[in-house]
Amino acid sequence: MDINEILEIAPYSLSKEEKHKLLNERLLELTHKHYEKCPEYRRMMDAAGLDVENLPYYENIPFLPVRLFKEFELRSCSKEDVVKTMTSSGTTGQQVSRIYLDRETSSAQQKCLAKIVTHFLGSQRVPMLILDSSAILKDRNMFSARGAGILGFSIFGSKRQYALDENMELDIEGMKTFLEAHKDETIFLFGFTFMVWQHFYKKLLETGYHPNLSKGVLIHGGGWKKLVNEMVLPEEYKRHLNEVCGILPENVHDYYGMVEQTGCVYMECKCGHLHASAFSDVLIRRPFDFSLAYKGEKGLIEVVSTLPGSYPGHILLTEDEGVLLGEDDCPCGLMGKYFKIEGRIKNAELRGCSDTYAAKF
Amino acid sequence: MQPSSNYTLLFPKAINWEEFIAYRPDVPFSDDVVEFLNVLSRSLMQDPSSRLYPDVITFAYFCRKANLLKYKEQYVRDGELRLGRGILFHIAPSNVPINFAYSLVAGLLAGNANVIRVSNKLFPQVDLVIKHLYELIDQYGVVSERVALVRYDHDSDANAYFSSIANVRVIWGGDATIAALRQNPIHPRSFDVCFADRYSIAAIRPSAIAAANNEALFRLAEAFYNDTYLFDQNACSAPHIVFWLDEPGLTEAKRSFWKAVHDCAVRRYQFQPVMSVDKLTAFYRQAVSMDVKAEQMPDNVVVRVELGGLPSNVEDFRCACGYFSEKTIKSLDEIAPIVNIKYQTLGYYGFEKPELFDFVKRNRFSGLDRLVPIGETTAFSFTWDGYNLINALSRIVSVL
Repeated sequence: MDINEILEIAPYSLSKEEKHKLLNERLLELTHKHYEKCPEYRRMMDAAGLDVENLPYYENIPFLPVRLFKEFELRSCSKEDVVKTMTSSGTTGQQVSRIYLDRETSSAQQKCLAKIVTHFLGSQRVPMLILDSSAILKDRNMFSARGAGILGFSIFGSKRQYALDENMELDIEGMKTFLEAHKDETIFLFGFTFMVWQHFYKKLLETGYHPNLSKGVLIHGGGWKKLVNEMVLPEEYKRHLNEVCGILPENVHDYYGMVEQTGCVYMECKCGHLHASAFSDVLIRRPFDFSLAYKGEKGLIEVVSTLPGSYPGHILLTEDEGVLLGEDDCPCGLMGKYFKIEGRIKNAELRGCSDTYAAKF
Repeated sequence: MQPSSNYTLLFPKAINWEEFIAYRPDVPFSDDVVEFLNVLSRSLMQDPSSRLYPDVITFAYFCRKANLLKYKEQYVRDGELRLGRGILFHIAPSNVPINFAYSLVAGLLAGNANVIRVSNKLFPQVDLVIKHLYELIDQYGVVSERVALVRYDHDSDANAYFSSIANVRVIWGGDATIAALRQNPIHPRSFDVCFADRYSIAAIRPSAIAAANNEALFRLAEAFYNDTYLFDQNACSAPHIVFWLDEPGLTEAKRSFWKAVHDCAVRRYQFQPVMSVDKLTAFYRQAVSMDVKAEQMPDNVVVRVELGGLPSNVEDFRCACGYFSEKTIKSLDEIAPIVNIKYQTLGYYGFEKPELFDFVKRNRFSGLDRLVPIGETTAFSFTWDGYNLINALSRIVSVL
């Protein structure tokens, strides 16, 4: 199957066996391609002892740590074929991941995102309320993962409105007009998790403005780390939002994604679980020896994706820890693996002398 | 220069810098200093908390009078009149917690007063030593007055002040620290003793492994652990490449050595998830630059990489917490082409001193200052990185 055929599959319809077969075919094909076309990848796989003539199941194919995309230009297409280079967020001076897309991969990523989001939104293009500042795409200094995420998801917005003005204050008049114009339609809301809390939810409380977003579907991402001081749990997050604008908790979706595998995002279902679509998958590995963890056991998140054709990003080890919750049996009805994220792995605490007996107590 | 106030004084509680600077140097290994260190040694050894820190115990042991008097014989020449240089400004590293104390001891024994900036990283070893220093103030005031321990941020102007009063700066902590300190001027007759970034290796003879019984192998593994994992493989003397002589029994020797090391590390080392990611990344990074093959190991505690060739930039591809490149060689001389000024220690097992002597003389290295048995690479000595510290930190007074 080529990638376009794969993307015709309904995103949460594959059972474990069907999916394993699909992923295996596609990932082995991609491994061959990257081995042939990307010299650095070939060197890495040779060093790892991969027998490219006798590839094992994809669970046993070496995974690349995502950090390598910051250090090397990993590309499986010619420079001329690159239509877009995605970069991860990073303050100046920090190395950023560089992901090279050719036409086919870029379009596959967009199509994949569309398939997934449409599943939750109900339709392809809807009025979109961006829970961020209108300055985000204009000011180069502000442009970062936030800007990239907004741009990426903007393809679903038939009409777009920013909730915040250039001063990060609520643009209440703007929102009122927008919501009035689209009053019986599904409204797609998008924003970064901490932004939605700090600059939308809290400001709504402050100003007393309670927009009617009962037909809203919110997709938010970016992680909960910045909200750690706020001590707000995901269930509370949805409840508070519901209180302040009527959005239904089952229509609030966290998502997990990364620039190294754009397009195949992991969306939160109505049970609060992150789901792998038919186009990608997660594996949880024990850091001690990289063996596969049991369901319920915390480990490093490995992500595999059918999309990366122009760069060797099909089998990656992230720096996040997570737990596999189940497969094909989530009460929400979606097929596939579902999991939860625990957070980034901690930086090493190198104390120089790790051999203290006290640590054993 | 006006004393800076941008620092925290850890020892003593208060200090008059003018008086401190007026210090008159002592002779090396003076009775007062040896006695002071002996009492410090006893005080540390008697403290039950010291037992949690093998490096503190080793330091305390080092400072015993009997040990110091042995060094005195080696480092003090009859008929030669030496005095300390005056005020030393030490900048301690952040990779080996007890290092600051050895630097202080070298400074004191050479006859000096010492300002030591300890790392911003908090270490219980530092706190322990400070606690016991306080216990000596009353009875050993004369020498206690020659010690000041401070802590401050990298960009504090305390660097400038202490540089301005120093007769010698003793700079640990690697190239970046040295560059930063060198931005601060020192007195025309002052100079720096610098401990730059170093790189270290090991060499093993398979027949020695084969000849070792289980107990000896166990001890060797513990010794290698102390050279490496004990300081997260971050000490400048920690080996990053292990060279094996190509001899019959090589495969079996590697197998039994690494099994013993692995068992020791699994038992003693606190493995953290990020280490597995760091080592995997280091491996692939190395694979892009040179011919390497991953060696099968049961887990990520010990990661081994077999080198196809021996490129001169292999020192750029290292990782902490248990990551080892390996190469089989027909003779030690094969190591020579890559040894440069950065190379510090060669830890060995199964070699004799005469052959190592010849190895060095034959190849005339600009690096490799220490060839010591595995297990002793971190043992402090007054001769370090090619410096005779007692001589460097004191001066000769010629009376003709």
